[in-house]
Amino acid sequence: MIAGSVVVVIGAFVVGESIPALTHIGGSRFMTDESWHPAADASFGQFNLLPILIGTVLSSFAAISVAAPLGILSAAFCQFYAPLRVARWYRLMIELMAGVPSVVFGLWGLVVLVPIIARIHPPGQSLFTGIVILTLMILPTVALLSDAALASVPRSYLQGAAALGLSRATTTLSVVIPAARSGLVTAVLLGLVRAIGETMAVVMVCGNVVRVPSGPFDPIRTLTATIALEMGYARGDHRASLFFCGMILLFLVTLLVTTMEIVNRRLRHGTT
Amino acid sequence: MARRESWFPHLFDTCVWLAPVPIAGLFLWLLGDLVIRGGGAFWPVDTEVTGIRSVIVIAEQIIHFLTASPVRAGRGGGIGPILVSTGLILTVCMFVALPIGLGTAILLSEFLAEQNRFGRLVRRSLDVLAGVPSIVFGLFGNAFFCRFLGLRFSIAAGGLTLACMVLPLLIRSAEEGFRAVPESQRQAAAALGFSRWSTVFRIIIPQASLGIVVGLILGIGRAVAETAALIFTSGYVDRMPRSLGDSGRSLSIHIYDLSMNVPGGNENAYASALVLVVSLVVINVSARKLAASFLHREVSHT
Repeated sequence: MIAGSVVVVIGAFVVGESIPALTHIGGSRFMTDESWHPAADASFGQFNLLPILIGTVLSSFAAISVAAPLGILSAAFCQFYAPLRVARWYRLMIELMAGVPSVVFGLWGLVVLVPIIARIHPPGQSLFTGIVILTLMILPTVALLSDAALASVPRSYLQGAAALGLSRATTTLSVVIPAARSGLVTAVLLGLVRAIGETMAVVMVCGNVVRVPSGPFDPIRTLTATIALEMGYARGDHRASLFFCGMILLFLVTLLVTTMEIVNRRLRHGTT
Repeated sequence: MARRESWFPHLFDTCVWLAPVPIAGLFLWLLGDLVIRGGGAFWPVDTEVTGIRSVIVIAEQIIHFLTASPVRAGRGGGIGPILVSTGLILTVCMFVALPIGLGTAILLSEFLAEQNRFGRLVRRSLDVLAGVPSIVFGLFGNAFFCRFLGLRFSIAAGGLTLACMVLPLLIRSAEEGFRAVPESQRQAAAALGFSRWSTVFRIIIPQASLGIVVGLILGIGRAVAETAALIFTSGYVDRMPRSLGDSGRSLSIHIYDLSMNVPGGNENAYASALVLVVSLVVINVSARKLAASFLHREVSHT
C-alpha cells in the first residue's frame, strides 16, 4: 500500500511543483526561448531547455550504444568462452565495479580522465568525457544482467547446437542470443535508464555549459546536472522549471520501463 | 552466404576475446588509481620510519583521518563528523524503510495471489520506483520532507528520502525470502489452527530472516553510495550533528564537494573515496556470504 502510494506521492509532488512553470512560462517557451537564463519571475527569464534535452539524449544514447555491445560480448565471454576460473574472477570484478558509487567515478574522471582529454582537445570537460564515464558506469549493469540472461538459456539448446556440430560463435549468435533476447533487451534498457538518471558523475566531468554541442569535445549539460547545480539557489518559477526537468526525467523512465514490459511480453509470446 | 559465414564467426570470436580487455583495463586503472592515491594519504611522510614503526604510523594516520574533524573546508583533518552524519542518515533510512518494506512484502507474498491485479499494480509501481533517477528523489524529498513537512535541510529529511529510494530493493528481496518458505509449512501451520498473522510472525519471518537481512544490507549499500538524492535534503554542513534536525554531510557529498568546490581537496577526496569503496566492498561481501549460507541452509533442509 505505502510503496504504491510513494510512487503516486512522488509523481504528484514533482508534477504539482512544476505546474507554476507550465502556467507562467508555458510549454512552448521551453523550446523556443533564446537561451537558458532562468529567473525567479517567468517574464524576466529565458527558459530554453532544448540544448539540455539534447545533451541528455546525446550522452546517454551514445553511452548505451557503446555499452550494449561491449556488455553483451563480455557476458558471452563470461558464459561460453573464458576458462571457469577466469570467468569467476572477471565476474567478481564486474560486480565490484557495479557497486562503486557514482561520485567515485566522477572523481576519477575529473582527476585522471579530464586532463588526458584536455591534452588531446581542450577543455577536457566535454560530451566525450561524459560518454566515457557513463559507458563505464552502465557497463557492469548491462554485463551482469546479460550474463544472467545468457545463463538462463536452457542447457538442452546448447547440447542441441553441439550435436549439430555448430561452432561456438554460431551457437552464441544464432542460438543463445535469440533465445535470451528478452533478457538482453531488459539489460540494455535498464542500462539506458541508469545513463539518463545518472547525476553526480555527469556533473563532474561534462563541463555543464548550456549549448548545443558542435562536436564531441564541447561541454554539455544534462537534465539531471541542471537540477543538481541550480536547485541550491532556485526560487519561484526557476524552481518550478527545475521540477519540470524532473517531470521530464520521470516521464522518460516510465516510458522506458513500460517499453521494457511490452517488449518482454511480446518476445515471450513469440518464443512460446 | 557461404563465404560470409566462413569469416563472420571468426570475427565474432575475436570480438568476444577482445571485449573484456578494455573493460578490465579501465576498471583496474580506476581501482588502482583509487588505492594508490587514496592510500597515499595515509603513507608516512617521514621516510626514515621503517618496519613495524611504519605500520603503527599508518594505523595512527588512518584512525586520525576517521575521527578528526575536517579543517580548512576539508583540505586537512579527517572525516569524523561526516561518518557520524552518514551513520545517522542510514539509521533513519532503515528505521523507516524496514517496517514498510516488510509489511509490503508480506502483503505481496502472503495475502495476495501472484496474479492478483492489485499485487501486479504494486509490483509495477515498484519497478518504476526502482528506475526513478536519484536526483528526482532529491527533488521530491526537498519538496515533500524539507518544505511540506517543514523538516528543513536535516538528517531526518535525508534519511526519509533515502528510505523511499531503497524500498523497492528491500521489498523485492524480502518477498523472495518469503516465497522461498515451502508451502507445506504454511499448510502445517493452518492445520494447527494458527491464525494468519501468527503464521507470518512465528513461521514465515524467522525462516525468511536471512533474505531480509540480505535485502537490508543491499539497501544500506545503495544508500551509502547515494549522493544526488542527499544534496538538497540533508545538506552540506560538515560540523558534528547535534540532533536529527541538524543538517549533516554524508561521505559521498563530502567527496563531491572536495573535488568540485575545494581547490586542493583532491587528496582528501581520494582518501574519503577509498574509505567509501572499502566499506561498500565489506557490505557487499557480507551480503553475499549471508546469501550463500542461506542457499546452503535451504539445500540442507531438503
